[in-house]
Amino acid sequence: MSERSAAALIGEQETPAAKGRFSFRLEIDPARKESPWWMTIVSVVLALLLCAVFIAANGKNPVEVYGKMLRGAFGSEFGITETLVKAIPLLLCGLGVSIAYRISVWNIGAEGQFVAGAIAATAVTIYFPGLPFYASIPLMIVFAIAAGGIWGALTAIPKTYFQVNELITSLMLNYVALLALDYVVFDPWRDPKGFNFPGTPMFTEAQTLPVLGDTRLHFGLVIALAAVALYAFMIRYTRWGYELRLIGANPEAANHAGINLKRNILIVMIVSGALAGIAGMSEVSGVAHRLMYGISPGYGYTAIIVAWIAKLHPLGLVAASVLFGGLIVGGYSVQTLGLPSSISTMLQGAILFFLIAGNMAAKFRLRRNG
Amino acid sequence: MAETYSLEMKRIVKRFGSVLASDHVDFACKPGEIHALLGENGAGKSTIMCMLSGVYRPTSGEIYIHGQKVRIRSPKEAARLGIGMVFQNFRLVQTLTAAENIVLGEKSAFWRGPNWMRRKQEEIAAIAERFGLAFPVDRPIWQLSVGEQQRVEIVKTLYRGAEFIILDEPTSVLTPGEAEQLFATLAQMKAEGKTVILTTHKLKEVMAVADRISVMRKGRMMQTIDRADTNEKALARLMVGKDIAPVARQRDRRPRGDVLLDVRHLDVYAEHGRKALDDLSFQVRAGEIVGVAGVAGNGQKELAEVLSGLLPWKKGSIVFNGKEFKTASVRAAIEAGISHVPENRMKSGLAGSLGAVDNLLAKTYRSPERSKYGFLLTGSNRRWSQQLVERFDVKTPSLDTPVGQLSGGNQQKLLLAREIDRQPLLMVAVHPTQGLDVGAAEGVHRLLNELRGASKSVLLISEDLDEIMQLSDRILVLYNGRIAAEIGREEADRETIGMYMAGLQRAKEEAV
Repeated sequence: MSERSAAALIGEQETPAAKGRFSFRLEIDPARKESPWWMTIVSVVLALLLCAVFIAANGKNPVEVYGKMLRGAFGSEFGITETLVKAIPLLLCGLGVSIAYRISVWNIGAEGQFVAGAIAATAVTIYFPGLPFYASIPLMIVFAIAAGGIWGALTAIPKTYFQVNELITSLMLNYVALLALDYVVFDPWRDPKGFNFPGTPMFTEAQTLPVLGDTRLHFGLVIALAAVALYAFMIRYTRWGYELRLIGANPEAANHAGINLKRNILIVMIVSGALAGIAGMSEVSGVAHRLMYGISPGYGYTAIIVAWIAKLHPLGLVAASVLFGGLIVGGYSVQTLGLPSSISTMLQGAILFFLIAGNMAAKFRLRRNG
Repeated sequence: MAETYSLEMKRIVKRFGSVLASDHVDFACKPGEIHALLGENGAGKSTIMCMLSGVYRPTSGEIYIHGQKVRIRSPKEAARLGIGMVFQNFRLVQTLTAAENIVLGEKSAFWRGPNWMRRKQEEIAAIAERFGLAFPVDRPIWQLSVGEQQRVEIVKTLYRGAEFIILDEPTSVLTPGEAEQLFATLAQMKAEGKTVILTTHKLKEVMAVADRISVMRKGRMMQTIDRADTNEKALARLMVGKDIAPVARQRDRRPRGDVLLDVRHLDVYAEHGRKALDDLSFQVRAGEIVGVAGVAGNGQKELAEVLSGLLPWKKGSIVFNGKEFKTASVRAAIEAGISHVPENRMKSGLAGSLGAVDNLLAKTYRSPERSKYGFLLTGSNRRWSQQLVERFDVKTPSLDTPVGQLSGGNQQKLLLAREIDRQPLLMVAVHPTQGLDVGAAEGVHRLLNELRGASKSVLLISEDLDEIMQLSDRILVLYNGRIAAEIGREEADRETIGMYMAGLQRAKEEAV
């Protein structure tokens, strides 16, 4: 009752002093909690329209540019596989943050967890160089999971025990991880034969993930899809998944049901970090084949948008990460037209902007005055 | 117009979506009267009042003030027309002083120096004194008691020159003594020619203070009567449509069961280091309903939380079913057979965005019937939920409909279904019928009595004295975190309990 009357109050204030027969007013729709599914599509379309203005201002034909992006990302076997290569880290990181967001833990540290995983996986190649494939790859994954998990726990422990806001700690830890990366690639792990390039020596055959044919599409895709499937199953059919759903829906009711919130936050942050860590491992072992400066072009941040667009839904995550992988690849392909590849970053930002605005707008409804 | 009404509502209709909250309601007040709007929870009283005060707009219908047709589109417009409302949940800024709250929104003075404030404080104090509404004007709201806060709200309407003063369930937060004071204030307002409209579902109050009474039921206006022409019984019949006979319970003299819960010298601290329970000792035996009466904030919430493992205790012991609880653990309490029906079902009992199945699982999902090896037994859980929903007559479109969309009564039935199906030894029920209509409340009472019949125990914490007196075998009165009195069912009468609740009478001896 009180919520409804409060909503009505706000609704009244939104009302312009409109009179007449065909005036409308906006008011908060008390029954609506979530925005409809098509809001995502509307957001993408609006983002494309907005960016078209900027493209046109650059003297280019937006239709041509978008066409080129689309062909670049999805128009050839090379484009498609490259898109999927970019989608792998987005999917793993996006899945990681989704699990945290499900219980309202705002992990924005996937970037740092990704880098931590990449560093730890590379440590295996540095310190255990001679291992065979079936020993080194699992060990790299385990190291990446541990490093990402620790990075996640570093956010979760202060949050659960000292009420430190996870947004701040997870963001700060990104810089710690990135600086650690700079340190190892510029100094102790730098390839002595690398002409001063800030990167480790190239991985051996036994340290790289297998690829599909002569493309760059690597085994990480299988890991990522398996993780998503596991997540979908876990949330729906397991006891732990039920606990997470209950915490996400109403933490206080979960507390009344005897669910330990602190422990769940801790576990979820470790899992969240571990998934981003695996993404880091698959990137060094599957794509770059070495650890190098700037290993992530911001996958961890883009993953936040991916999770948001997917509304934490497993299939949505797959679709959103392919879409954003395509945006990155499409961005490269328009460089030949004389546009910077950051056009794709602009599109990403615009999509998120319209999506959030759409979520706000969906809370309102339009009523005839009278 | 045969009589002059100062305020008239004609054929008012208000729809919320498909729900018809007001169905062609006619309502009229004479100047200088106390008019009670009587009805059950959900009868549509508050909706009518909200339309008068500009919070809602009627879907159709007309409002006249002094014969002039008006449209009230916002609380501001209502204030300009001389309508002031005191809501059930106060609209006060906690950190501002009483006086600052009252002058809030006043646009008369740009410069508000200490002098101006002092003048205003005197002005406010004068109004307060005239109507017998004492409160410290210069203290911040959060330091005031609930009764005092209500007085601030009333003075706010008077200060703004309201001619019509609407009070929504004004006595629900007051002790009996404070309520008496409020009634004296209302009489004073009436003497000054103000029109007082109060909504309530308490018959005794209506008969004590109102000049005229309008009774609503299910969104419709049943009748408006002079107090002199009616009595409580007639009003009750109008209000619920049938005589509500108190749940007749045979005076069973069966021997009381063994001690199930033994609480000794319990000290519990709430937030900000406030001592919420102070050296509390009591027992609950198997097969009895123990009522806990008291004005809100005297330790009831903490008592329920400490028993259900949500709140730790500093000193003392809790022995349940022969075993002592070592530390506060919700899971241990659940597994020991303590069930908790929380005060606010949507805040802490149910997850509004989840469906019936997930909500029913909350307390038992760890049991081998509901999950194995960490996997939920989805199919059998659905069948089990379906059967519970049918047995407890929960009306829901489907098992997956978010329970937030169900009515309050159905939500409570769902919650009780979950708690009762577990076969708890002790149910700690906090305000179990709050916000429910008479029919749904009766259903809840029946379920509690059935538990008692099955030799289970109930600790019934409620602010509704009638409910407590009707159901309990024994009544504990909490005051300031202590048991002010323990009263047997036979000795219980409202007045005595009220005195203890208000802290006017200390327990003389160790209780009866």
